[in-house]
Amino acid sequence: MKEHILVVFPHPDDEAFGTAGYLAKQSRKGVPITYVCATLGEMGRNMGKPFFANRETLPEIRKKEIQDACKVMGINDLRLLGLRDKTLEFEDLDVLADTIEKVIKEIKPSLIITFYPGYAVHPDHDACGEATINAVKRLKVDERPLVYCKAFSKNTVENLGEPDVVFDVSDVFDVKLEAIAAHKSQTEGLIANLKKQLQENNEEAIQWLQEEGYYTYRF
Amino acid sequence: MKTITVEDVQKKLNELVNTELYLHLETTNGAYAAHNDATKMNVGAYIRNALISFSLGKITGAGPYRVGLKTSLGWIYAEGLTDYHIDEHDRLLLAGHDTEGRLAVAFQLSKNPF
Repeated sequence: MKEHILVVFPHPDDEAFGTAGYLAKQSRKGVPITYVCATLGEMGRNMGKPFFANRETLPEIRKKEIQDACKVMGINDLRLLGLRDKTLEFEDLDVLADTIEKVIKEIKPSLIITFYPGYAVHPDHDACGEATINAVKRLKVDERPLVYCKAFSKNTVENLGEPDVVFDVSDVFDVKLEAIAAHKSQTEGLIANLKKQLQENNEEAIQWLQEEGYYTYRF
Repeated sequence: MKTITVEDVQKKLNELVNTELYLHLETTNGAYAAHNDATKMNVGAYIRNALISFSLGKITGAGPYRVGLKTSLGWIYAEGLTDYHIDEHDRLLLAGHDTEGRLAVAFQLSKNPF
C-alpha cells in the first residue's frame, strides 16, 4: 500500500506536542501527510506571553500559526474544517464522521493519527477521536488503515497500559521544538520553560521531546 | 488590548444604552483544570451572539473591574476584567487575564453579530 498519513485533531498545536517528531521524520522520507484540523482553537486561553491576541483576533493568528507549523513539519495538505473550538462534543458526531470518511476515501491513508476517545482529557479531543474511529469503523475490516491514538488522561496507563508504539524522534529534536514554537500564541511561555529545562539537562523534558508514544487502536 | 481605563469603558457603555447589541460572554478555568489539579473542577460558561439591550451599564471596582448591564427583565455581568479594546468594527472587547496572561473571562458587545 502506498504510504500516506492522515492526522485528525481538533486544535492547531495538537499535532505539535505529541506527533511533530514522527510527522517530521515521515515527511522527510517523502511520505505525504494530510492534516485535518477541526477548529481554529478560537477559544484558547493562552493569548501569547505577554498576550498579543484577543478573542476576536485569535482565529486568524492561530490559522497562520498552524500553517507555519505545517511548513516546519513538511505537511503540505492542511484542511481546516471551520468548526468552533470547544463545541465539537455538541456537534452531530455522525456528520463529523461523514466529513472524515470522505477524506479517508479520497486519500486512502495507510495510517491515521488521532486522539484516543475517552482518554484525551479535552472534550474536543475525545469527540474528534470518536468521530475518526467511527469513520474508520464504517470501512470493511480489511480496508481499515492502521490507527495510532494519543492518550494522556490520568487513567490511561491503568486501563490501556503503556503505549505499544514508541518512536525515538531525537534526530528531529529541533524540528519538533520549532513546530511547537510556531504556535506562538499558545506556546510562548511553554517554550521559554522548555529551553530553560533543556539548558539544565532536565531529563523529563528531554525525554518528552525525544520520545513519542502511541496506542494502536484495536477495533 | 490595554489596561482598562474606567472612563473610556464607561463612556462606551453610555453610548450603547438602549441599542440592540450582540453579546459574547465567556468564562473558563480551562479544559485541563481538573487534569492538572485534582482538587479543582472544570468550570466555564459561554454565550456568543445573544441579542440584548440594556438601560443601564456600569463599570465598577478598583481593578480588576466588574461590568454590569441592566436589561429589561434582568442583569448581565462579569467580574475579573483587566483589559479592553475598541476594535476597528467599533466593538467593545473586555477581557480578564490572569497573572500568566491567559484569558479567564471575556465580555464583548457589538452592533453586529460576532
